[in-house]
Amino acid sequence: MISEFGGFASLAPAYPEMLVAVGALALLMLGVFAKREASTLVTGMAIGLLAAVALFVAFQPSQGVLFAGGFINDEFARFMKTLVIAGSVFALVLSVSNAQDHGLNKFEYPVLVVLATLGMMMMVSANDLMSLYVGLELQSLALYVVASIKRDSTRATEAGLKYFVLGALSSGMLLYGASLVYGFTGHTQLDQIAAAAALGDRNIGLIFGLVFLLAGIAFKISAVPFHMWTPDVYEGAPTPVTAFFASAPKVAAMALLIRVAFEAFEPIARDWQQVVIFLSIASMVLASFAAIGQNNLKRLMAYSSIGHIGFALVGLSAGSLVGVEGVAIYMAIYMAMTIGTFACILALRNENGYVRTIDDLAGLAQGRPFVAAMLAMFMFSLVGLPPLAGFFAKWYVFLAAMEAQLFILAVIGMLASAVSAFYYLRVVKVMYFDEPTATYPVPAVELRVVMGLVGFLVLSYYFTVGGPLARLAHEAAGSLF
Amino acid sequence: MTSVIGLGHFLTVAAILFTIGVFGIFLNRKNIIIILMSVELILLAVNINLVAFSLHLNDLVGQVFALLILTVAAAEAAIGLAILVIFFRNRGSIAVDDVNTMRG
Repeated sequence: MISEFGGFASLAPAYPEMLVAVGALALLMLGVFAKREASTLVTGMAIGLLAAVALFVAFQPSQGVLFAGGFINDEFARFMKTLVIAGSVFALVLSVSNAQDHGLNKFEYPVLVVLATLGMMMMVSANDLMSLYVGLELQSLALYVVASIKRDSTRATEAGLKYFVLGALSSGMLLYGASLVYGFTGHTQLDQIAAAAALGDRNIGLIFGLVFLLAGIAFKISAVPFHMWTPDVYEGAPTPVTAFFASAPKVAAMALLIRVAFEAFEPIARDWQQVVIFLSIASMVLASFAAIGQNNLKRLMAYSSIGHIGFALVGLSAGSLVGVEGVAIYMAIYMAMTIGTFACILALRNENGYVRTIDDLAGLAQGRPFVAAMLAMFMFSLVGLPPLAGFFAKWYVFLAAMEAQLFILAVIGMLASAVSAFYYLRVVKVMYFDEPTATYPVPAVELRVVMGLVGFLVLSYYFTVGGPLARLAHEAAGSLF
Repeated sequence: MTSVIGLGHFLTVAAILFTIGVFGIFLNRKNIIIILMSVELILLAVNINLVAFSLHLNDLVGQVFALLILTVAAAEAAIGLAILVIFFRNRGSIAVDDVNTMRG
């Protein structure tokens, strides 16, 4: 095997991962050996490192398969990795001004976020069940710790505990599925699994493995009925951590699901399509109805993310190139809207602490008109009203479902979307038409920048990023077919 | 040939262990340590599966996979126990019924 190694230059497709890995260790050393409290410095350097790697990935020309087929870098991986790293960067930026309040003023926090990002990059690039598992665990183990990093808080530690138990269970299910897939095909590499699955007739052992594998991944993207940890973890974890959980890991797990579905199980697409359609309908419907009674903003966002994962899965159910393209666009837009919403939530803080419930937002439009306008716009976008970005996200996935003759799925999706409008618009109603109960000081400058930037992209989606994003998503999806 | 232990037997044992592990997580109302033990049981069931398949297929990849799982399981147990310790410090209990601050 050593003779295969063609020198350092042959590792070019994996340079971003190596950079992040070395960078994470360097940041850890810096944090340990710095004389003074180094959390702000390490956070700043982590943001710089990840931003540099994101640019590197976005313009990286070298693609290929490495490590005996365990690692692949293609257009799809590039697209999803850029999204994932961007999500991590924004989540770190959101944590800067309020690290003290959330117990995140420890240098371990940015280091763990960087390590989780490395795990997510491995997930996106995994081409073998083994590298898939190791990437997934690197991400999960870092996230368990991040969830409970505010270790003197009962809620945060409980969130971490719940996340750990259900995350470990989901990894176990995923592994059990992986072991069955290995046993019944004789391979762990995704393309070889596909070749073996195409040869034999429909094998019940393989189907079992596929279902367990899908259940494990469904936990990670929090699709119903594997969503029960999401509201508790989102509520208990510190808000900047919740913003991180809702953005990058969802994108990475969705990318993993797409790659497993299309690279390894393309020959038995009929079987996973049924499962994905079920997950999709259950997520959309349950999230729409369960969120109606929520008054806590973070729980509301948890159900919102469950619902949006359901909508994204509509595109995957189509099982076509247009569908994957739609999912890629959906995840990009979903991530932007989530980051923007959490920037608004984090911006609202007064002497009584952070805004927690929807009632706390009463009359916000009078006190903080900019934040209220931005939050209202993100809510309209999450509903999917044109001409905001959220409309185009839904448009692409429903278009793919219609092309694949999945009319019932599309109709259910649109009805669920209409129901979800109720709770998103309630936030807008409370902000604009209720009497003010609390005043909030001017938010930190970087929160306003994030809000303004994301708000501009969401508002002008059709005229600015829409075209290039659709083109990139098309290229990304094309590399899987 | 009832005396020969074959692939089917290993898979059955692994399936039983896996089921016990899953039920241990959901039916257990007493203690979080038992949940951690159930998680380990699930991972061991997977390892039995992989090693049995590896022998059956005469292919080493399964055993490499099993070694990876063993390593990650150790890391996972360490993190799980650490989270359990800080939870105990805050709550003063590790009963499953006390993990209920957040509802709804």
